[in-house]
Amino acid sequence: MDSAAVQAHDASGHDQAGRAGEFNLVSANPKSVLTGAHFMDGDHAACEGALAAGANFAAGYPITPSTEVVERFAARAPLVGATFLQMEDELASSIAILGAAWGGAKSFTVTSGPGFSLMMEHIGLAAMTETPCVFVNVQRGGPSTGLPTLPGQGDMMQARWGSHGDYEIIALSPNSPQECFDLMIEAFNLSERFRTPVMFMMDESVGHMTEKVVIPPADQIKIFPRRFTALPPNEYLPFDANGDGVPEMVKAGDGYRIHVTGLTHDERGYPALNWRSQQKLVSRLVGKIRGHADEITHCNEYLMEDAEVVLIAYGITSRVALAAVQKARQEGIRAGLLRPVVVWPFPEKRIRELASKAKAFVVVEMNLGQMVNEVERCAAGTKTVLIPHAGGNVHAPEEILQVIREVTQ
Amino acid sequence: MSVSPAINPVEPFLRTERMPHIWCPGCGIGTTVNCFSRALVDSKLPLDKVAVVSGIGCTGRVAGYVKLDSFHTTHGRAIPFATGLKLANPSLNVVVYSGDGDLIAIGGNHFIHAARRNVDIKVICVNNFIYGMTGGQVAPTTPLGATATTSPYGCFEAPFNLPFLAESSGAVYVARWTAYHVRHIAHSMVEAFKKKGFAFIEILAPCPTLYQRRNKLGDGLETMRYYKQHSVIKNGASTRELKLDLKGEITVGKFVDIERPTLQDAMDQRYREVLKESYCGRGGA
Amino acid sequence: MPEAPPAAKSRKFRGRVFINWDRCKGCGFCIEFCPPKVLKFSDKFNNHGYHPPILENEPACTGCDLCGLYCPDFAIFGIREAVSAGVPAGADVPASPAAAA
Repeated sequence: MDSAAVQAHDASGHDQAGRAGEFNLVSANPKSVLTGAHFMDGDHAACEGALAAGANFAAGYPITPSTEVVERFAARAPLVGATFLQMEDELASSIAILGAAWGGAKSFTVTSGPGFSLMMEHIGLAAMTETPCVFVNVQRGGPSTGLPTLPGQGDMMQARWGSHGDYEIIALSPNSPQECFDLMIEAFNLSERFRTPVMFMMDESVGHMTEKVVIPPADQIKIFPRRFTALPPNEYLPFDANGDGVPEMVKAGDGYRIHVTGLTHDERGYPALNWRSQQKLVSRLVGKIRGHADEITHCNEYLMEDAEVVLIAYGITSRVALAAVQKARQEGIRAGLLRPVVVWPFPEKRIRELASKAKAFVVVEMNLGQMVNEVERCAAGTKTVLIPHAGGNVHAPEEILQVIREVTQ
Repeated sequence: MSVSPAINPVEPFLRTERMPHIWCPGCGIGTTVNCFSRALVDSKLPLDKVAVVSGIGCTGRVAGYVKLDSFHTTHGRAIPFATGLKLANPSLNVVVYSGDGDLIAIGGNHFIHAARRNVDIKVICVNNFIYGMTGGQVAPTTPLGATATTSPYGCFEAPFNLPFLAESSGAVYVARWTAYHVRHIAHSMVEAFKKKGFAFIEILAPCPTLYQRRNKLGDGLETMRYYKQHSVIKNGASTRELKLDLKGEITVGKFVDIERPTLQDAMDQRYREVLKESYCGRGGA
Repeated sequence: MPEAPPAAKSRKFRGRVFINWDRCKGCGFCIEFCPPKVLKFSDKFNNHGYHPPILENEPACTGCDLCGLYCPDFAIFGIREAVSAGVPAGADVPASPAAAA
């Protein structure tokens, strides 16, 4: 499972800072950045990532295995000028962060399993009102109360489709404490870049795994600042998207007298309850993500150059899958691993490319079949095999290896 | 006839391009908005620093009609949204303007917790005893015996006494008026705006289309007359004793006006005590 | 709470009422709660089929704006303006559809 032994190729071909394209990024605030080498778990690293990203507001409700994120934030907040409030439930937490965002804060909430279910309505509100914020879900086994202390990856489709209505979402899936730090910054940057809620899909194993986490100096951490408008109030239309489909934002109290509603609305933000407005707004909300999928999508590839068996795995599962790939290589099987770092939007372009070359896709996930459906959709008939796992424990590399052997025969 | 430059005092507070509003003839919500506008003038709050947050429902539409920073959120969640807004941007005067079903049924948990924390927000609850927007269903405020579409044989659940609920949860300012008491409402709103902490004003208002008609209580105007005749002002009355039934006396007045540290103050004080100079303050926006 | 109208002759001001004719939904709050009872329903319909109020007793209007405070449709309000010499209180008060503010 030594991922450092195998050089990963970043298939997106650009680094974090470059992902924002033409926008001016700023350096992180040194006050919030705990520069140095640490030994910490994924939950704590996610908290430090949020702080480094500029998060100055968090609201949460205790739920295993995510609670350590907000415990750390509660301790750190008063030392860095941030605010933490433990709310009465996840419904409250998930909308308090939206209120905070409109007050000018960078905000996030943290939950797991049942709490994520309760937050669904406000993921929709955030998408509809184009409120930048991050929802962290440290996945555990489900459904219902399920396995509070054990891992799962059963919320992947919920992250994509869980709120009612039609929308697109961005979701990231870290596979190490280091990535909990690094990708949290990317999650915040994407939420600001596209004015959209971003799902941070951890799992219990990653959340509770303790490893070395290196936090760079603040000036090496690039932050996507909020896209505040430069227009005066009489020229500003709050939901008038300029070229790239993402409107500029203001915050309450700046004299713009904005109206923000979860109802279908026009460029002024006023309710417009008719099919034309619906078509225009929802198409733009979906389009601003789909249209920038190439910019957002981010995969890591391992030993893929000549791979005829392509494993696809994300989060903790990708580490076990990599071990299986390495074993397969020792047996002379040309196996490789494609690991979506950004899981939504799904890296369908890359999968389609691979479909013409690969003999088979093997999808390893800690559920009984979720992302495999996406892979199958893009595989265009290329053999696609799922290695399911109901959760509670990660796959054993040997069972993955066995499937790799089978598909190559 | 000369053209007068006079304008309706409520007009500068309205998104006039959205008029006429959706509220029925004889509905009391618009009347409370007049009071709100007068209170904003009288309290001299800087209007760019006033934000209105509503949930869902007829009263929830207030946010869409007032020309202020305004947020029309999800059903029941105006208060936690307002809590986040206020904590992130303490310079704002945050007013939650919503209905009884929104604030007290689906949002009841948030209501009691915000009062407990003494979040510095002002909560205006227009109580029309029923779910208006969805067509007249029974609410946690529907009086015993009153009928609604989902209590066709009469309501058999005891309603909440909202001022009592607010006081026992920790609100520092609690008043109840009816839509008839326009000057009292405006005055209470001015007092509430000056108050630091969780202030709660309940305003009983007619829903002639769904509550009054179904219960044979006449139209909006008859209800306003009824409020005039049956309201008894008892400032300082014990909230436990307040009267409000399907028919009969209605106790109105200002019942609670106390001082207690707000959430923000308590938070700052605790951090300062414990963390001393390591406490960074809360940056705000 | 309602203000008593001062005797018309000694007044330094006059009341004026402005009606936004098509915003009115005819609830009658303004007519009912006008302290000097100077308003009544018009016989005419507005564009939405309601009977808005008209001012029937101009000199008695005090311009207290209680009508404005009650009106749930933001359709009426009153003002006070100084009475200049020779102009009788209440004269020239726009209360007709044509004078809708």
